[in-house]
Amino acid sequence: MKLPADLRYTASHEWVRREGDGTFSVGITDHAQEQLGDIVFVEPPKPGRRVKAGETVGVVESVKAASDIYAPLSGEIVQANGDLAGSPEKVNEDAFGAWMYRIKPDNAADADKLLDAAGYEKAASA
Amino acid sequence: MPKMTPLNATHRASGARMVDFGGWDMPLHYGSQVDEHHAVRQDAGLFDVSHMRAVDIEGPGARAFLRQAIANDVDKLKTPGRALYSCMLDEAGGVIDDLIVYGFGPARYRVVVNAGTADKDLAWLERLREQGRHDVRITQRPELAMLAVQGPNARERAWQAFPQWRAQTQSLAPFHAAEVGDTLIARTGYTGEDGFEITLPAARAVEAWNALVAAGIKPCGLGARDTLRLEAGMNLYGQDMDEKVSPLDAGLAWTLDMKPGRDFIGRPALERQREPRAFAGLVLTRGGGVLRAHQKVETDRGEGEITSGGFSPSLGRSIAFARLPPGVVPGDLVRVHVRDRLLAARVVKLPFVRQGRVLINLEDEERQTT
Repeated sequence: MKLPADLRYTASHEWVRREGDGTFSVGITDHAQEQLGDIVFVEPPKPGRRVKAGETVGVVESVKAASDIYAPLSGEIVQANGDLAGSPEKVNEDAFGAWMYRIKPDNAADADKLLDAAGYEKAASA
Repeated sequence: MPKMTPLNATHRASGARMVDFGGWDMPLHYGSQVDEHHAVRQDAGLFDVSHMRAVDIEGPGARAFLRQAIANDVDKLKTPGRALYSCMLDEAGGVIDDLIVYGFGPARYRVVVNAGTADKDLAWLERLREQGRHDVRITQRPELAMLAVQGPNARERAWQAFPQWRAQTQSLAPFHAAEVGDTLIARTGYTGEDGFEITLPAARAVEAWNALVAAGIKPCGLGARDTLRLEAGMNLYGQDMDEKVSPLDAGLAWTLDMKPGRDFIGRPALERQREPRAFAGLVLTRGGGVLRAHQKVETDRGEGEITSGGFSPSLGRSIAFARLPPGVVPGDLVRVHVRDRLLAARVVKLPFVRQGRVLINLEDEERQTT
């Protein structure tokens, strides 16, 4: 399983990257895109929305099915990746590059409680 | 334990993602379903359709038997090798299955039925044979494999792989088949593109598959097969119609041969039927998601339902088939419940795509709805 060691993960197949400015980028894992097949529609949450960890914040639709995306942390959505509207296939091509939204968490230390690569691999293959 | 076609190991060795389909372990795709779709529209694709069941109907009573058993008329099969699409109905007019029948004279037919319904179909046909005391033999042919090569370059590539096929298949008209030795080659398909469906002994399936791939035909899975048939406006049994659905409510009136005096099972029920529901295409006009089976459709004349839906690679947007209240016509604007919202869709005439050409004017759609 392709899993960058510098990212954090959720059991619901999101990856989370700490950016330098106190925000975190969120996308779906390579394993998730492979399971979904060709992705044809991405709807990230709107900037300004306040979310709780575990809350449904958007959707990814593939040729096969619709799949929710969740907030890994509580906080405020600060940015959505508009590029994916016109080219959702980027999620298939580079899952860890195709961030869907950025969140500013209420408590940045919560990110340390998310799964690391080994923990995610275990969860995803369970 | 799922059933496997003779090509199962070949699919797995090619990296296919496998999926259960009607009790069969079949390839969904070999990497990208969308790439496979485009290959068929623009070049040539190869499908394993060996899960479908070939059944021979032979004997002096074959013609009369099939004229009663199916809703289209096998008397249209005037030249040997001619193919016909038909529904097989029950007494209530519900669809037991849809099938292709090939005629080789009044005493010899080949019927190809869906994988998931094959056992049910055979039991039904045996019952009809006994009840009507028809002098026919019904023989399943599980020892046969079926491959489909589809796309604008499919026939040429198939002839490159099998030069001996060319002489007898070069002049085949659409919906005609020729027997080349023990191989049946039909100019039919389920994609809206030109091509062949090839039936041959299972023992030779792997060799034929490899030769066709070597000639540049791209392996395609059931995922692409579904989006191709959706764009081509072709129904899928179990989704667009089944035993609870009349063919008149599934856009299949054109397959019913209602000429006076012709008697087939289900006809009286069809004749009693009230005004049929509309069956048409939908195009999602402004995006916002993907149309899928069972989503509710709101129209000015009442509620309808999507029977098949998905993302159309050729149109770059989501399309669907929908069963709608009578009177809803192409051009109407409707609303579809997609997850938690209502999305705008336009009713269009089927098909969406034929022979590589998009038949829906998308620019027109955008002008009308923005």
